[in-house]
Amino acid sequence: MSFVCQRCNEAKATVHITDTVPQKREQHLCEACAEKEGVIVKPHHTTNEILQQFIKQKAGVSVSDDATCPKCGLTFREFQLNGQLGCPNDYDAFKALLAPLIERAHMGATHHVGKVPAAAGPAAQKQAGLFRLRRALEEAIEKENYERAARVRDQIREMESA
Amino acid sequence: MTLDDLSRTTGEWLRGVGQMSDVVLSSRIRLARNLSDRPFLTTASSSDRTEIYRAVADAITSTSAGQDGILIDVDEADVLDREILVERHLVSRQHAGGEGSRGVSVSADETRALMINEEDHLRIQALRSGLELDALWEDINQVDDTLAERLNFAFDRQWGYLTACPTNVGTGIRVSVMLHLPALKMTKEIERVARAARDMRLAVRGMHGEGTDVVGDLYQLSNQTTLGKSEREVIESFSQVIVPKVVEYERAARESLSQSTPERLDDQIWRAYGVLSNARSISSDETQAMLSPLRMGIHLGRFDRFDIATLNELFLHTQPAHLQRIAGKSLEDEQRDVVRAEFLRERLAETS
Repeated sequence: MSFVCQRCNEAKATVHITDTVPQKREQHLCEACAEKEGVIVKPHHTTNEILQQFIKQKAGVSVSDDATCPKCGLTFREFQLNGQLGCPNDYDAFKALLAPLIERAHMGATHHVGKVPAAAGPAAQKQAGLFRLRRALEEAIEKENYERAARVRDQIREMESA
Repeated sequence: MTLDDLSRTTGEWLRGVGQMSDVVLSSRIRLARNLSDRPFLTTASSSDRTEIYRAVADAITSTSAGQDGILIDVDEADVLDREILVERHLVSRQHAGGEGSRGVSVSADETRALMINEEDHLRIQALRSGLELDALWEDINQVDDTLAERLNFAFDRQWGYLTACPTNVGTGIRVSVMLHLPALKMTKEIERVARAARDMRLAVRGMHGEGTDVVGDLYQLSNQTTLGKSEREVIESFSQVIVPKVVEYERAARESLSQSTPERLDDQIWRAYGVLSNARSISSDETQAMLSPLRMGIHLGRFDRFDIATLNELFLHTQPAHLQRIAGKSLEDEQRDVVRAEFLRERLAETS
């Protein structure tokens, strides 16, 4: 049996609900209306889907899609197919191709901010710290909080000379 | 401790305690880590996989990261045991259903679950009842430090921690909170809240994460971006902005339902109780749907036949794998629904 959505009266109803409370009632909705009614919440996109989407959007620009990682042998095309990289070295091997995808997937972010493993050494710790401070400085200036900006600037100088 | 001991309790995240636990069922943080000198799992050979498993498992079991718990070889575990782990939120569905050398180290109190060879070589997870992100971060950060003394994690100065999927690169952190939002659902405000969350680049999902439906009005909110924000910034945005806001909306919606249509609300609650204590056959999804108004009813002081601890026990023990474990045998779908209804009637008769 096929139903037309009771809400929009257009699309085919694919979501069928039987309420038992407060009284027995049947509802037949299309997916879009069911989502609007809050009956179903679509998982939106899985992370892989989001990535695939970015990859597709960028596909016209990507050139050397036969780029291959010398360490694990994965090609960029294989990555485009399943959204998974082959080894840590891929981030270097495909850097030019990956950078725009990563930037889009992370709302324009280009650098890591946050924890740095002790093994990465003090230089890496310092770099991550400086990056965070520079961003804080930009934010403070944007918000015209000059007192804070001055403090952050001093912190940056201190860290740079350390 | 064995998996069998675990399945008889409700586990930490269902203790019903912690901040804002009238709305926040549980919180979780995970970190994605990979060994720097090994391929990611997509290109790893089966011997690579076994070696990764051994190296990571050794580091876990020989340090404070895993000493108080058990290491479960998921590849060797039978199907029911794997399902039990999924229902207890200790491993993902993908991990349970995957292939090849893989495992999970679970702490005795179940606040920690370290998955080996899931999508990344290591996924450090911590989970607790209520909104307890600071405590989780403290714990998980320490575990990460401890393991980093033994394992060389793939890290790049620009990109941060390197992960198999570039959507996790950077901190590799995912913060998730499980929210119970029955009133926002009833007042139809839920979609507005979900949209606002998505605008903030948060994922809104069902209880079991990626690709799962919402059952029992339980919504999981989690961050999607991992680059450009420190772990603390992500955690603070959840604990100080996002979660308190949604909790405020849900509480207001509950209050408004209690004020404007108390009879309707009580009717929903008590009808649900009627179904649970009288059904002769009931599915897992219907059970979850019926437990939802009861959970809200207990917190609003409108239902007092049993407490949250009992509700959470029913919530977990009526799920398919737990039910079969308690019944002591594997059951087909239909048979399972009958056994579930019997189990509920018995437990509810004890409490009334």
